Amino acid sequence: MIREPITAPGPGRRHRRSFWSLLGEQAVEAAIRLSGISAIVFVLAIFFFIFREAAPVLFSEQFDPIEFLFSVQWYPTSAVDVRYGTLALTAGTAGVTLLAMALAVPFGLGAAIFVSEFCGPRVKETLKVVIELLAAIPSVVWGFVALTVLSRLMVEYTSAPVGVNMLNGGIILALMSVPIIVSIGEDALRAVPDSYREAAVAMGATRWQLVFRVLLPAARHGLLAAVLLGVGRAVGETMAVLMATGHAVHVPHGILDSVRTLTANIAAELGEAPAGSEHYRILFLTGIQLFAITFAVNLAADLVVRGTRRR
Amino acid sequence: MSAPAASPFAIETRALNLWYGSFQALKGVTVGIRHGQITSLIGPSGCGKTTLLRCFNRVNERYGEVRTTGDIEVLGRNIYAADVSLIELRRSVGMVFQRPNPLPLTVYENVVFALRLHTPGRQLTRPTLDEAVERALTETGLWKDLKDRLRTRATDLQLEQQQKLCIARLLPLRPDVILMDEPCSALDVEGTRAIEDLMAELRGRYTIVIVTHSMAQARRVSDECIFMLLGELVEHRRTAELFLVPQDRRTAEYIEGRYG
Repeated sequence: MIREPITAPGPGRRHRRSFWSLLGEQAVEAAIRLSGISAIVFVLAIFFFIFREAAPVLFSEQFDPIEFLFSVQWYPTSAVDVRYGTLALTAGTAGVTLLAMALAVPFGLGAAIFVSEFCGPRVKETLKVVIELLAAIPSVVWGFVALTVLSRLMVEYTSAPVGVNMLNGGIILALMSVPIIVSIGEDALRAVPDSYREAAVAMGATRWQLVFRVLLPAARHGLLAAVLLGVGRAVGETMAVLMATGHAVHVPHGILDSVRTLTANIAAELGEAPAGSEHYRILFLTGIQLFAITFAVNLAADLVVRGTRRR
Repeated sequence: MSAPAASPFAIETRALNLWYGSFQALKGVTVGIRHGQITSLIGPSGCGKTTLLRCFNRVNERYGEVRTTGDIEVLGRNIYAADVSLIELRRSVGMVFQRPNPLPLTVYENVVFALRLHTPGRQLTRPTLDEAVERALTETGLWKDLKDRLRTRATDLQLEQQQKLCIARLLPLRPDVILMDEPCSALDVEGTRAIEDLMAELRGRYTIVIVTHSMAQARRVSDECIFMLLGELVEHRRTAELFLVPQDRRTAEYIEGRYG
């Protein structure tokens, strides 16, 4: 190794950087700042464009927000009496999502706990790869599974008249949300400092006591985030539910009823609604409604997290 | 585990060997640690003192690939016997770690945590728990400072208080042995003094084994001292004697500061 003589930076010899290196640094900094801000810009822009399409009908005189939100009559193409009530669609979205979460949350969190705390390194690696694979299956393929495999099972083993119904959609959505819940949940559990585990184990905690008394409380924010991302996935999913739920505009009375969700409704009808028509604008309005639902879910979660943190 | 009176030793090992994978960390360690005294383990980094300490409650086994031969008896019972419950062992052998590691719960819940682990819920009435908390915090000198802050998060306390709390949370189970793994290495001078004073308070009621990097600390706090080197036990004597008239050349060189 050749040592260069060390010279102290005297008054005459300032450390000076070249023009290009300064410029390069500023360019990188600007690019990073821009990409940081872009997330906000995109959200606002998307909201703005959807709102612009929906605005004429929202501010028109015939529009009745009460009917829009709380009527179950969705007849957008009726020749005599056009009615736009979305309650049945909202109920469909809520029903399918709740059902999906009732299945996905226990399975997802259970799997996250198993992967992070109970299994050996080899099983862990295998499971993680398989779970990622599950997350990579396109939603239309899930739709195929719903239509062909699940719907046949539905008819065979339940009293459902048709195989495509809320239970079918719920199961498919659960399968789609589980990988998200597992991977985010596992991250949250792994982020719990090992010193907590060591402390509890050294006090004689069993594995279950460790999980329930130390890890779950310590990781609760991350686990809540995992569940909410799962909810977001379920509320926003379109193609698979379109194929799985039967597409009947109908407030469900049981889990074997066919339903239609807000998302599936937009996907199915937007192509047939003439651009600029009332029907077209109402569909954009249901898009805003979806936006509002996911925003409310996220906000509620944020408040819950803050609330528990303050205590 | 009930305390048998026959042996003067709380912990005894015979020809204890331990491997991490293919690396042998302990070589034929035979040692007896006396009841109610403070025994310090000293030696340069990597000499196996922490490994030996971690054998006494078998927390070593958390890191797979650990193999041991030889015997360890704690309070007259072989802790590697098939019928030994790890949970019961760890109930009577508590441990304090290098970095204070209170759980992210309130001060109160930290102190009763182990009690809740080992007692069925319905036996734990509010008065029982309150009394346990007061007694443990009084015994560790925390009661005066913390009695009005029992609901604060333990992780928000000063480090010194956190470490005392880590000792306090062992006491409600009435352990026989307390293992301390460099309990002062994260603390400043004041904190170190406070923990050392606390150890002096606890002497007699609990058998304490402390791993320390500081020979001065070993001299200040311990009754007996064990010097280890490269996984072997080199010398084990009364602390005063070990530092004044070491019998082994390696001990003498270590305490003179020639290596380590």
